[in-house]
Amino acid sequence: MTRTNIALLVLIAFVAALPLFGDAYALRLGTMACMYAIFALSWNIVGGFAGYPSFATAAFFGLGAYTTGILMNKGVPLTLSLLGSLVLCLVLAAALGAVLLRLRGHYFAIASLSLVEVFRELVNNATDLTGGGMGLNIPLVSGSSVLSDATFFFYAMWGLLLITALVVIAVSMSKLGFGLNCIRQNETASNMVGLNSTLYKAVAFGLSACFVGAAGGLYAAWVHYIDPSDVFDILYSVKPIVMALMGGLGSPLGVVCGAFVYLGLEEVVWRNYIQIHSGVLGVLIILLLLFLPHGLISLHAGKVWRGLFGRKAKHV
Amino acid sequence: MLAIQVLINALVLGCLYACIAIGFSLVWGVLNVINLIHGSFIVLGAYLAWGAYNSLGLSPWYALLIAAPAFFVFGYLLQRLLLNRVITAPVLVTLTLTFGLDLILNNAMIYYFKADYRKLILNPPTGSISIFDVVVPVDRLIATASALALTFLLYLLLRRSKVGRAIVAVRLDRDAAVLMGVDVKSIYATAFGLGAALAGCAGVLMALIFPISPLTSSAYLGKAFVVCVLGGLGSVSGALAGGLLLALVEGVGSVYLGPAHAVTLSFVLLIIFLVVRPQGLLGRKGFE
Repeated sequence: MTRTNIALLVLIAFVAALPLFGDAYALRLGTMACMYAIFALSWNIVGGFAGYPSFATAAFFGLGAYTTGILMNKGVPLTLSLLGSLVLCLVLAAALGAVLLRLRGHYFAIASLSLVEVFRELVNNATDLTGGGMGLNIPLVSGSSVLSDATFFFYAMWGLLLITALVVIAVSMSKLGFGLNCIRQNETASNMVGLNSTLYKAVAFGLSACFVGAAGGLYAAWVHYIDPSDVFDILYSVKPIVMALMGGLGSPLGVVCGAFVYLGLEEVVWRNYIQIHSGVLGVLIILLLLFLPHGLISLHAGKVWRGLFGRKAKHV
Repeated sequence: MLAIQVLINALVLGCLYACIAIGFSLVWGVLNVINLIHGSFIVLGAYLAWGAYNSLGLSPWYALLIAAPAFFVFGYLLQRLLLNRVITAPVLVTLTLTFGLDLILNNAMIYYFKADYRKLILNPPTGSISIFDVVVPVDRLIATASALALTFLLYLLLRRSKVGRAIVAVRLDRDAAVLMGVDVKSIYATAFGLGAALAGCAGVLMALIFPISPLTSSAYLGKAFVVCVLGGLGSVSGALAGGLLLALVEGVGSVYLGPAHAVTLSFVLLIIFLVVRPQGLLGRKGFE
C-alpha cells in the first residue's frame, strides 16, 4: 500500500461524509462526483496503465444503463440488475478487447469511438426491448421521500467508487498492473519476453468497462428515465480523458482528484453559462493540454513557471 | 430497375463521401493527426454557402471561391498556432486537442445559427432528369461533378506542383524530407490548410443536397472516418474507392435491412476493415 493509494482511500472516505452537511443538491453533486471518479479510474486502467487511447466509456455506460433498466422493468431487483450489467460489460468488453486491442494508436481510438455509435444504433433500433428513441422508463426503487432516495443513490454510487478504487489499487500493485505498464512502454518487447499481452489487454479492457457499466445501471435507476442520445453521449467518453489529463495520467489518486476538480468546473460553467458550456469545456481542454500536460499532480510552482514560459513542455 | 437506381445513387453519394473524406485523409496521412474538427468545418462551409445565397444572392459556385481561401487561411493558422505545439505528442493529446477545438467551433455555431435545420433552396429549382426509370436530381448531379472536380484538382496539386510533391514527400518519410530541405512546419500547416479548404468546399456542396445544422457535424465526421479506413490513408484514389464502397454498402443495406440500420452497417464494415485490413483498400501499411 503506497502513500498515494492511502491518500486516495482517505479522500474517498471524506466524500462519504457529504450527506452530513448536504441538502438534495449537495447529494446530487456528490453522486455525480462519485460517478465521474468511477469513469476516470476505470478509463485509467486502459488509458493510463496500458496507454491505449480508449473512447469506449460511453458505450459501456449506456450498455450498463440499458441492461439495468430492462432487467428492472422485468421485475428483477436493483442489486441483481446491477450485477447483471457489471457481468455483461465485463464479458463483452473482454471479448471485444481481445479483438479491438490488436489495433494501436489512432486505429484503436476510432474503433473504440465507433463502438459507441454501434451500441447506440442497436439500442435505437431494438424498439421492442428498449423503447428506441422514445427512451425507457425505469421503476422507482423505494418510493420514499426525495431526500432519502438521494441519500440512497449517493451511498450506492459511493460504494461502487470504493470498490472500483480498491480493484484499481489491487491491479496497480499486481502482476497485471506491471504487465500493463510493460505494454505501455514497449509492447513488442513485452511480447518477446513471454508476456501474454492479448490476455492482459482483454482483462484490462473488461475491468475498465465493468464498473462503468454498473455506474450506468445505477445512473439509470437514479434518474428513472434514459434514452439513447443521453446515455450514449460521446462526451461521456471524452470527460474521463479530460479528468485523467487534468489530474495526471496513470496515477489513481491524480485521476480521482481530476474528476472532482472537473466536476466542480463543469458545475460552475453549467450554472452560469449554460448556452456556451461545451465551448467553455473546449477552451479548458486546450489550455490544459498546452499548459499543464502532466496534470494537477505535477503542480509545483517551478514546474508551472517552466510549463508556461519554458521553451517546450514535455508531454506524457 | 431498383438495382440500377441503387447503383446510381451509390455512385453519386460515393463521390460526395470521397470529397468529405479527402481533406480528413490528407491531414491524417501527412500530420498523423485525427482532425476531429473536420465535421464542423464541413457544416461551417455549408452555412457559408447558405448565407452567401440568402443574404448576398451569390450562387454556391461563388461560395466555393470564397470558402477555399478563407478555410485555407483558417486551417493554416490553426495548425501553426495551436496544433503545432503538440504535434509530436502521443495520439491521445492530439485527439483531445482537436476535440476541444471542435467543441468550441460547434458550440459557437449552435450559438449563432441555432440548432434548427435549414436548407439551401435554389430558385429556380434545378429539377431532375430520368433516364429509363432511374431518376437523378440535377443539383445532386452537379454537386457530384463538382466533388469529382475538387478531388481531381487535389490529385493534380499533389502530383504536379512543388508544394504537393513536398507534401507527399513528408507523408512518405518525414526525416528524409527534412534532409532534402523541405520546411516541415510549413508543409504541415499547408496540408492542414488544404484539409480545411477541402472540408469547407465539401460543405458548400453538401448545402446543395442535405439540410444544414451544427448537429450534423458528427455524422460527416463519422463518414470521413469510415471512408478513410476503407480506402486507406492519404491517397486520393483510396478516398474515392472508400467513398464508393461505403455508399454502395449503405445503399444495399437500406434496401434489404431498412434505412435505420445503415449507420450500424457502416460501422460494422469499419470494424471488420480495421481488424482484417487496417491499411485499407488502396493504402500502405505503416501509418498508425
